[in-house]
This record gives sequence, C-alpha cells and structure tokens, in this order.
Amino acid sequence: MAWFSKKNRGVRAEKKKNLTDGLWVRCEFCEEILYRKELERSLWTCGACGFHFRIRSGDYVKILIDEGTFEEIDAALEPEDPLRFRDSKKYVDRLKAYQKKTGMKEAILCGTGDIDGRRVTLAALEFSFGGGSLGSVMGEKIVRAIRRSLGTGAPFLIVCSSGGARMQEGILSLMQMAKTSVMIARLHEAKIPFLSILTHPTTGGVSASFAFQGDVILAEPKALIGFAGPRVIQQTIGQELPEGFQRSEFLLDHGMVDKIVSRRDLKATVSSILSFFPGPHPTLSGDDAPGDARER
Amino acid sequence: MAEMLDFEKPIVELEKKIDDLRQLAKQENIEVADELKKLEKKAAKLRRDVFSRLSRWQRVQLARHPLRPYALDYVGRLADEFIELHGDRLFSDDEALIAGLARFGDRRVMLLGHQKGRDTKEKLRRNFGMAHPEGYRKALRMMRMAERFGLPVVTLVDTPGAFPGIEAEERGQSVAIADNLTAMAALRVPIVSVIIGEGGSGGALAIAVADRVLMMENAIYSVISPEGCAAILWADRAKAQDAAEALRVTAPDLMELGIVDEVIPEPLGGAHRDPGEAARAVGEAIDRRLDELSRVPCDRLMEERMAKFLGMGVFKDHSGVPHG
Repeated sequence: MAWFSKKNRGVRAEKKKNLTDGLWVRCEFCEEILYRKELERSLWTCGACGFHFRIRSGDYVKILIDEGTFEEIDAALEPEDPLRFRDSKKYVDRLKAYQKKTGMKEAILCGTGDIDGRRVTLAALEFSFGGGSLGSVMGEKIVRAIRRSLGTGAPFLIVCSSGGARMQEGILSLMQMAKTSVMIARLHEAKIPFLSILTHPTTGGVSASFAFQGDVILAEPKALIGFAGPRVIQQTIGQELPEGFQRSEFLLDHGMVDKIVSRRDLKATVSSILSFFPGPHPTLSGDDAPGDARER
Repeated sequence: MAEMLDFEKPIVELEKKIDDLRQLAKQENIEVADELKKLEKKAAKLRRDVFSRLSRWQRVQLARHPLRPYALDYVGRLADEFIELHGDRLFSDDEALIAGLARFGDRRVMLLGHQKGRDTKEKLRRNFGMAHPEGYRKALRMMRMAERFGLPVVTLVDTPGAFPGIEAEERGQSVAIADNLTAMAALRVPIVSVIIGEGGSGGALAIAVADRVLMMENAIYSVISPEGCAAILWADRAKAQDAAEALRVTAPDLMELGIVDEVIPEPLGGAHRDPGEAARAVGEAIDRRLDELSRVPCDRLMEERMAKFLGMGVFKDHSGVPHG
C-alpha cells in the first residue's frame, strides 16, 4: 500500500529547530506561540495571523487529491552531477543529504489523481530538498507530467515552492526554464487548463517560468513570491524594502496573482475553478476517470 | 588606458612601446626595422600566450570589458538600415533593451538586444543593460509583430541579468520573463540569438529561446553571476573566480554541454581589439543561420525548436522509458 493512502492523513509542517517544544510551535511570521494540535487541525495555518507554514509536497497530495486516487508517476528519475560541481561541498554529497533528509529522489513529486472526481495531473515541489531548486530532473518530470495531460486532457496543476534554479547544474538548470516553457506553450495551444499554486516561497527561475505561466494563478496567504530575493534587491538598491513587499497580498494588489486562497479552502477553490474549464477526454470517463461523467 | 584588464596590461604596454618607436623612427628618420621586428614578434608571442589559454574568470572579464562592442555597435556596423521602435504600449520605454526593424542587404529582420551604456550617463539611462519588465514586454510586442509580418527575429544578448528592484517586482518581472519564454517557444518565425557579452540568467533567456543560439568566443552564459553564486554557495563574493570555474560559463563549455549551436570566433584578445572583425564574424554567422532556417517549413521549425529545448538536461532514468 502506498504511503499516501495510509490511515494517518495528518499533515505535518517541516520540522524546525526553533520549535519551542513538542506541544507548542512559534509562528515564524507573527511569532505567536501556537498549540501544535490546533495547528495540525488547521493544516498548519497560523490562527493568529493566517501565515501558512511550509508543508511537504506529499501533504498537498493529501489536501488536494481524493483519497486513494493518487498514483505517483516518473518516480524513477534521479539527479546526476553533469558539471562535477563542487563548492564547499560536493554536489553529489549535497544530493545524498537531501535524499536522506526527504526520502525523495528529487525536489518534486508528480502524479495523477482526482479532485472531487475530476482527473488531474499534479506536480508539487519539495522545498526541503535543496530549497525546491529547479534542476534537470524537475524539468524532465514537469515535461513528462504535462505530456500526460496532453495525452489525457486532464488539467495540469503545479504547487510551487522554490528558491529558484539549481546552481550546481549550471546552465543546464537555466535551460529547464525554457524546457518547461516549451511544453506549457503546448498545453496552452491544446487548451488544457493549467493552474499554478504559489506557496512560501516562490522565487527566482521557478517564479520566472512555470509558476507564472498558469491560466489561473493562486497563492497561499503571506507567501514570499518574487523574481529576485529580498536580500538581492536590498543590496542592489541600498534601501529598506517596504512592509509586506513581495508577499502574496502585495502581488494581488499589483495584479500578479488571481486569488489568495487559504490552504483550508484550496481544494474547494481549485475544484470550482476546474468546473469551468474542459476536463479530461471523454474516453477517460470509464475506468480512468469515474467521476468525470458526473461533471458533464 | 584606464579601461584595461590586468592580463591585458603587458600586451598593451608592449604595443604602445612599438607605436612609440615607430613614431620616433619617423620623426628622427632613424633605422629601427630590426628592433621593430623583434618587438612585433615578442608582442605576437605574448598575445598568443595570454589569449590562447584564458581562464574562465578571464573570459568573464572580457565579456564585461568596458570597451567591448555592445548591441548597437553591431547594429551600426552590420545593418544597412535600422529603425528603432520604442515602448511596450503599457507603461514606458526601457532603454536597457533595444528593438527595431533592421535590414542587412536584402534581409529584413526584427532585431532585439540588451543595450549597455558606454559612459556614466548612458550607463544609467540603459540601467547597465538590466531590463525592467517593460523591456521584456517591448521585446514580446516586437516578436508578435515579427510573427504577424513574417520577419525573422534576431536577438543580441548582453545583460548582467533582469533588474532586481522594487518597481521591477511591482510590475511583474517574473511574469514578463515567463511570458516571453512561452511566446518564443511557439513563435512561428525563425529566431536566432547571439550571446555577444554577458548572458545573465533569466534576463538573458527571456530573449534567447531560439532556433539557433550562437555564442561569441569570449561571451559568458550562466544561471547566476559568478559573484552571486559565490555569495550563496561559498558565503563569500570574493570566491567568484572559483564559482566561474565550477559553473562552466564560457562558450567552449556551453558548446560541450550542448546548449549553444556555434561559437563565433573573436579577434585575438577579444572583440574590443578589433570590433570591425568581430562584427563581420557575427554578421556572417547570423546570415548563414537565417539562410539555413529560411528553408525549414514552419511546422518543422516549431517541432525542432521544441525538440531542441526538450533535449536539455542530464539525469538518470531507471524506469526504462526513453529520454525526451
């Protein structure tokens, strides 16, 4: 039985060293001390300020996908070290450490599943794996997931959380922005819906490519979203950044995202939006997409 | 003389000495042929020694050389006619990215390029070649126009990166770049890009999703500046030289990695030492590539552009599914 269909569907936030203790957790945004049980119930959203704690890629599967319908795809792809990159550490050693820490081969989880009975292809980035950085494997897995959507007509969903490009893959990582864009252009041509969900944080190369190529772009509250990181901007312009700069609400104000959605309403919102758009090919409404007939 | 790199210094000094000697010989009417010959030989050897084994960091410096020809220098030398077109029709005109209709002989193209400034005033006006969203939106408007009227697109890439500033974020730097990537992926006219200086990350790629990507011998193309990479991975900007080595940012590197299609040779010592010759080589390469692409039917062009970028990336696949 796959891990995602285990009984315990509780969602856990990424472990932080500065947790006060097992029972209580400090909100990294408003610093309020929160009761862990309460946080779990609220899918790791702060009861005081609404900040959304970072959660794992697999947790978004639990939040978005109908129980028992998720099937992981392209799990066999693993990163390589084409540049034999080495800074203070070797890239291969960093990869091993990320893999050990996350139990994943790369910073992305892809699969197919249903949202209220409607088949979708889902990709979710994993920030705790090297900052969710975009490398060759992520690029290829997104391409293959989109190819699946092109084949089945199922809407494509991506949950973003990334610091940007995987520097250790050099120019190959930059080219993943072009590679994924080429496929997303196809998705647009084929008129298959593409929803992008931006979570904390989404910056750099991911932000300047697929994150902002969605037909509809949703953002979790108070997520840091931008092209350049705030530190880089501050260093460049040499002045303090305004309050709330590059947070979801700032992006909504400036017309860069369609809607801010709480994690607790995410599935319902996505489901409603998808109901306005074409779903999977009718040929799928037999065994593959049992719920689809109901929608039509 | 101030605009000289450390490793250029001995060469430039020797060349000056040769010039001075020549002047002196003319004025005083003395015989220096033997001496000149010796010095010329020495200079030639020095040039070969220095420039035939440039480190990656030295190439980074050449790519950013203050005398290096910029986009409009190439346009000036190559185009028989250039009508610059301005503005994104939404907010403003970004002078860090130039655009216009260019004619080279019988060939008419839409030309786009990052533009750096030469003196302080122009540098500021051009924002050091770092475009705001308006620059990329202007580029997109021109590409759409080119598609409508069947003009091939030629882009000259030379930017440290897209500008990281408050206004750029407010006006959607990410969106502007992301939009260009999908638009170029599906643009139904041939696109040729030449990295002429600095190919700085997403800001470069935003006008470089092309059928042919060419790179000048001393240009660089990188996911992040060596300084930026050093600051993050080494926690020390001074390690930029190490980062340049590790990132493999030079034209021969990118040729080896299968990212660029051709390296355009530069005059010995770099494009700035003979801008005329550099422009000739760039013009020849663009002409040849446009000629080649003009014979490819549009649908095949689209397929090939897609296949080109889909093939980029290195990974292990244990599933037995073929790559690409």
